[in-house]
Parts: sequence; C-alpha cells; structure tokens
Amino acid sequence: MKPATPRPTRAASASKTRPNADAAAASPIVPPQAIAGRTLVLVIAIMTFLAGFTIAVVSVIERAADAWASDIGREVTIEIRPLDGVAVDAEVEKAVALAQEFPGVGGARSISDDETKRLLEPWLGPDADLSALPVPRLVVVSIDDAAAFDAKALADTVGRDIRGGSVDDHALWIDRLSAMASSMVFAGIGLMTLMLIALVLSVVFATRAAMAGNRDVIEVLHFCGAEDRFIAGQFQRRFLLFGVEGGAIGGALALLAMMIAAWAIGGSAGRPGADQIEALFGRFELPGMAYGLVMALIVAVALLTALTSRLAVRRSLSALD
Amino acid sequence: MIRFENVGLRYGAGREVLSDLTFSIAPHSFQFLTGPSGAGKTTLIRLLFLNLKPTRGLISIFGKDTALLRRADMPALRRRIGVVFQDFRLLDHLTTYENVALPYRVLGKDEASYRADVTDLLDWVGLGDRKHVYPPVLSGGEKQRAAIARALITKPEFLLADEPTGNVDPPLARRLLRLFLELNRLGTAVLIATHDIGLMDQLDARRMVIEGGHLEIYE
Repeated sequence: MKPATPRPTRAASASKTRPNADAAAASPIVPPQAIAGRTLVLVIAIMTFLAGFTIAVVSVIERAADAWASDIGREVTIEIRPLDGVAVDAEVEKAVALAQEFPGVGGARSISDDETKRLLEPWLGPDADLSALPVPRLVVVSIDDAAAFDAKALADTVGRDIRGGSVDDHALWIDRLSAMASSMVFAGIGLMTLMLIALVLSVVFATRAAMAGNRDVIEVLHFCGAEDRFIAGQFQRRFLLFGVEGGAIGGALALLAMMIAAWAIGGSAGRPGADQIEALFGRFELPGMAYGLVMALIVAVALLTALTSRLAVRRSLSALD
Repeated sequence: MIRFENVGLRYGAGREVLSDLTFSIAPHSFQFLTGPSGAGKTTLIRLLFLNLKPTRGLISIFGKDTALLRRADMPALRRRIGVVFQDFRLLDHLTTYENVALPYRVLGKDEASYRADVTDLLDWVGLGDRKHVYPPVLSGGEKQRAAIARALITKPEFLLADEPTGNVDPPLARRLLRLFLELNRLGTAVLIATHDIGLMDQLDARRMVIEGGHLEIYE
C-alpha cells in the first residue's frame, strides 16, 4: 500500500536517507551530536595532560632523591680540624687506619691538599694558600655493608681517639632530601587527585546535560521496556569513547612535553645553570616507569569517564521516579 | 489482566483529573476509549503504561499491584504493553527501520534475528520503501504507521493506541483498524483512544467514555 500523504521532495529525501542501511552498523541510540563531546574531550585532554606531566615531574624528583640518598648514604666523612700543637697529618693517617678497621667499611682515604684546594677553588680562587687557613682535613669513608656499619660507634671512636676529629654521616642532608622529596611526591599525588576529581565532576555535568538533552530518547527507551542498565550502557559507550579520545590526546601531549623537556635540558649542557640542574637531577631522563604510568593514566581516565557517566545516568534515572 | 479500582489522580494540589475509575480489561478484549478533548484520555493511557502513579485507588497490571512495583520490575511489564503515542515519539536520528526495531534492540536481540520481522511489518503498514528514511522527512501518516509498527513489533499482550488514526485518511484508517483487529485475533488486548466516531462505528466493540474525569462503559 502506498502512503496517502505527499512525500518529501527527492532532494530532501535523499539527504535524509541512509543508503545500504541493512549492511551498515545500527545507529547509536544516543545521538552523538546531542552530547557536547568536543568540549568534554578537550577538558579530559587538558586534565590528562596536567596529570601526566605531574607524574613525570614527580618521577624525576623521586628518582633524583633516591640517587642522592643512596650516593650520600654510601659514604661518611671524618672531619679533622687543625688544633694547635697537633700534627694533623698524623691524625689523618690514624683516622684512615681506624676507619678501615671498622666493620662494614669498604675503604677510607684522605682528601689530599690538592683535592681540598680544588674543592675550595670556587670560593677562594686558584692561588689560595691553604696552609694559612684553618681548613679541616677530610677522610672519606666508603661503606660497603650498611647493615654492619654503625655510624654512631664510629663517631664515638673518632671523638675519643682522634684529636679534633668528628664524623659527618650526612644524616641531616638525607633527612632534608627525603622530606623534600616526600613532600613533592605528596603534592604531586594531591594535584593528581584534584585533577581527577575535577575530571569526574566535568563528566558528571556533561552526562547530566546529555541526559537533559536526550530526555525524549530516554522516555522512548523507557516505554519500549529498556532497563536502566541498558540506558546507562548507551551513554557509557559514548562517554568511554570521549574518555579514550581525550585521555589519548592529553597523554600523548604529556609524553611529548616530557620528551621535549628532556631534550631541551639535555641540549643545554655547557650553558650556565645546566651543570647545577644535572648535579641536582642527574641526567634529565625520565624513568621508564613514568611512561608506563602515563599510559596507565590514559586507560584510567577512559575507564573513569565511562564509569562516572554510568553512575551519573543510573543516579539521574532513579531520581526520575 | 488490567484492573482499576476507585482510581483517582490529581496533579499537585489541583482538582482530580480522573475520579473513581473502576474497570477491568480482559485478555484478548478490544475496546475504544473516547471522550472530549481534555477529558483525561491521555492521562488514563499514561496510567495504563506505568508512566504515572495514581493519587489513590488500586491499579493492577498483569496481576501486579502497581503501588508495590519496584523500579526494576517496570521494564518487564512495559515490554508486555505496546504504546502508540498521539505525537508518535519517533527518534529523529534513527531510520524508520531502526525506530521500529528499537524494542528488539532494547531486549538485546541480534539484528539478524529480527530483520525479517521488521521488514515484513514495515511492508504490511506500507512503509516498505521508506525504511531507510529518517522521521523528519516522513509525512504525518507515515510517522503514524511507523509508531504503530514499533508498538506492534514485539507482539505485546496489551496494545494502547492514542488517536492512532488521527493523521491518516479514511481508507488507511480502516486498514489500520484491520491491523489492530488482526492483532487482537492473535491474542493481544487492544485499547484505542479516539475521537473518530466513524472509526468506532465500524466495529461493535466495548466503548469506554471518559468525561470530566469520570468513566462510563458501554459493553
């Protein structure tokens, strides 16, 4: 039977007809254009980028702090101040011998006058005469068995047997370094958490807006007998795609920014300040774990987006009653 | 199958739009619901497909007291009821075929399992050559038939149709009525809300007349 009412013009009909629809995949039940997807993808990309970059910075700091702590922790220094009437060289030799006998110590060596001069050169200049100054002599003690080594016992022994001697086990530095590194890591985790919360809130708002814009679709689905789970699944599918897209863009930009930062800092070798950066952070190379974490972040962002939209839809649907 | 006892409904603090409705709808029955505009036909239909809750009284649908229904129980009941809306409620971003197939998609069925059913029904309602067209370019009558096809596709136990012949010419209205009768013969209880006296006169069926929120039934 032919329809009784006039048909639309051929042009209008053609523009609204899907060719080969039998072969094509079914259209999504929630229309893609009804969700402010571009904006949400952009927000997700920015959040992922910031979170990814935070991961990178925290990883570099944590690795550098580990390196400092282990380098410093493998050595202690015996400092011998020159006292009147005391032969410093003899005390230094005594200290070296004493340290070498100590349990857990791998070796001990005194810092020669030349080395001391080189160390002080930035402050005193190349032609300084150290003999005129009360510069303490240093004995570097390497530790090869940290468990057997007792820094306090060495300090006691040195204080008792070496005149003008004292031990610096760098504990103060190590404590400060680890406190700084820990606070940076906590700050990073805090920032990440805030960004993820902001992301979740953005997704909640976007989901609510999408539901408000698709109220007619939800009603039709309801009277067709759709369960809330089915309706939530339709929204979740769309939001998962937004999460994957935004997460991938933001994560890729974060990785790119990390590589550019590594290259830029690596390429600045020899320039003023570069040595200090290298001294602090080592070679500015990102730990492999940072790349892995950023990849995990992309997956987490996509899943978080999908899950949040699902929960927001379920919650809104139950509020409809 | 469906039972109303002293059902009343008011919106907010206003007067009751439906008062003391008591009736039942038997399986395999056929009835018209009629009455002047604003008398409460659409409101009654909304009560019948669980879109509204009554302010008072008892509604039992397929033996279940709707006041005791949990939200999770409603989809299963709604699937046993087909509804044709006066304003069609087709989804504009889905083709005619996809709109009619929607109840099957909601059930999670594979497209291959229902393709032939949907195509046959579209042919039957005269939309065989319009199945890949989107609703915005369908005429009023074509949308009407698509909406009817969507309500019929899963062969519901109870079909509610709100002015299903409001946008079609008399020959097509007769054909649609035959479609409803055919469905009724296959076991579906049918309730058609209509103003169309001519349509009702074609059939010696039960008439439920609603006026001023009160219901009179002529068996």
